[in-house]
Amino acid sequence: MKHIAIGILGAAALGLVASAASAATLDDVKAKGFIQCGVSTGLAGFSAPDDKGDWQGIDADFCRAVAAAVFGDGTKVKFTPLSAKERFTALQSGEIDMLSRNTTWTINRDTALGLNFVGVTYYDGQGFMINAKKLPGVNSALQLSGAAVCVQSGTTTELNLADYFKANKMEYNPVVFEKLEEVNAAYDAGRCDVYTTDQSGLYGIRLTLGAPADHVVLPEIISKEPLGPAVRQGDDQWYHIVKWTYFALLQAEELGITKANIDEMKSSDSPEIKRVLGQEADTKIGTDLGVSNDWVVNIVKAVGNYGEMFERNVGSGSPLKIARGINALWTKGGLQYAPPIR
Amino acid sequence: MASQEILREEPSRGSFINDPKVRGIFFQAVVVIVLVALVWWIVQNTIDNLTRLRIASGFGFLRGRAGFDISDSAIAYSSDSTYGRAILVGFINTLIVAVAGIITATIIGFILGIGRLSHNWLIRKICMVYVEVFRNIPPLLVIFFWYSGVLAVLPIPRESINLPFGSFLNQRGFYFPRAVWGDGSWLIFVALLVGIAMAWFVARKARQRQMATGQQFPVFWTSAALIVGLPLLAYALSGFPLSFDYPKQSTFNLTGGFQVKPEFLSLYLALSCYTAAFIAEIVRAGIMGVSKGQSEAAGALGLRPGSILRLVVVPQAMRIIIPPLTSQYLNLTKNSSLAIAIGYPDLTATAGTVLNQTGQAIECVLIMMVVYLGLSLLTSAVMNVVNARMALVER
Repeated sequence: MKHIAIGILGAAALGLVASAASAATLDDVKAKGFIQCGVSTGLAGFSAPDDKGDWQGIDADFCRAVAAAVFGDGTKVKFTPLSAKERFTALQSGEIDMLSRNTTWTINRDTALGLNFVGVTYYDGQGFMINAKKLPGVNSALQLSGAAVCVQSGTTTELNLADYFKANKMEYNPVVFEKLEEVNAAYDAGRCDVYTTDQSGLYGIRLTLGAPADHVVLPEIISKEPLGPAVRQGDDQWYHIVKWTYFALLQAEELGITKANIDEMKSSDSPEIKRVLGQEADTKIGTDLGVSNDWVVNIVKAVGNYGEMFERNVGSGSPLKIARGINALWTKGGLQYAPPIR
Repeated sequence: MASQEILREEPSRGSFINDPKVRGIFFQAVVVIVLVALVWWIVQNTIDNLTRLRIASGFGFLRGRAGFDISDSAIAYSSDSTYGRAILVGFINTLIVAVAGIITATIIGFILGIGRLSHNWLIRKICMVYVEVFRNIPPLLVIFFWYSGVLAVLPIPRESINLPFGSFLNQRGFYFPRAVWGDGSWLIFVALLVGIAMAWFVARKARQRQMATGQQFPVFWTSAALIVGLPLLAYALSGFPLSFDYPKQSTFNLTGGFQVKPEFLSLYLALSCYTAAFIAEIVRAGIMGVSKGQSEAAGALGLRPGSILRLVVVPQAMRIIIPPLTSQYLNLTKNSSLAIAIGYPDLTATAGTVLNQTGQAIECVLIMMVVYLGLSLLTSAVMNVVNARMALVER
């Protein structure tokens, strides 16, 4: 019943509140003094509360980066945990100002749902995890015909799963839950043989299982899952602020600007660094965007550059230990690339 | 003069304003106008906002390819089917669990309700404990209790529990052989129908004879013989066309046979057990509502306790029982939407998935509301007919 209630509230909110919310989001945000940011209900490395109740992860840090750009203070964020099903309605209705919740960018979501994706903060792909102890001898997703597969409802994962098994002429038995915790519990209890979601998610989920060492992630990646933040359509200024916050994080990494050296960098001789950090005389880059001219300084002071954010949350500095891979900068053979800030 | 005029005018003006008829019409008209204006404003505002936010609207999306699979489906469904069909699958699943739950809850509820009035102390107390336990736990917890119970207690597929008749029980559900009907098996179904028709005819005749002469006829045994015997005879005559598809072990799971999934099983058991507790109380109240003089009079006429209950008490109690029973049936149907917590693909779950895949929030929520409303009104209508028939049996 709760879900129907949320749906009705969402629908009602769409009808009634949207008029207020679709005005300039930046003004709304400044008036209330914080950014309301939609995150997941708990996915390690992306957005999950730590033992003190503070939200940690790439997605949570991205919200802080936007807050730093707008307010000069990365703590002015309030987080709204959302299930996969609730996330778009929450953004459409104006309940949240931006969605930063390991959400895959697709054309349908970009066009028919009234959203705009700002970029790809994490290039992911869908994978499979099995319990190697219970299923010895299975080392490829192509051996999974006849398996019961646990999956979260209302995700692109669910659609890719159907496509993959159909394309390979295999049978499967979907076991579908709405909440991530419910899928985890069902998989851990042995209700299904296989767990499928984005591969980064599988590594995170494996840590939460009863015996993590028993589970292996199969090598196949069956889809492109570009995960990124989204905002409402029809507010270009807010869209630009969120988009350029992402680019600023990449640009900072490319120029070697880190949380540690940001103050020295401000007096750098490099014209490019000076320009990015707003130290150029009579610069209007920040004010044209609708924020202060030292916005990039504020972002890096709050969360570091993109590389620092990555390593801290999902990379070598985290229990997940995911390699940069295609998420490295373009200069290092990856896909992360920012247009010039000038 | 002046005071006279005022006196003449005031009553007429006062009577117009104070006229209850005029007032009634006026206020009803105001309420209707306000209501219509409010609805119009909400609809108009919603349409405006959707257009401005560039969110597609309308029901055309129902014809699109769904692209996701559903675990339990009574009709043919694949990821190539439409969104509309996915919602239909969910609706049928809701119907299945609601109808099965209502039947089981009614049976358990009646047994418990009568048990609570038993003269046997142990039976009475057992029924009381059951009712008090299940009535006072939220249904969602009862569902979780059954689901985690089913998953925790049962073994993995490779260590399935073997049951008689080639059935198996494991974490993935309850497997039993599926009947495969061969050529000529239509004769069996025809025989079954004929058997039922003849049994009904015999019961009618026996009743007429009892009314006329007072002689009784063993209706139950004759009917049983007709309903079971005729199809068996047809089965033998048509050359034993029935075979069974037995569940077999494969890499991951058991294949073949018929599988009842743990999600359905736990939802069905939970809804039945939970609602049965309420029905038991309704039945007890109904029976206690029949005055003691009725059963004493029946006893004085020489009827046995079983016959007193069946012929005198229950028919009168039914008139008290049926109206609140209807609302329990509605509750059970609506509670079935809690299925979403354990992943049974009912209407709420599939329509919710469609909502998220298409983003058509208003349309999908509207479909859900209309379907649940329609289902509830239909149940009420059927129960009202039953109630009317019960109430009219008076001589």
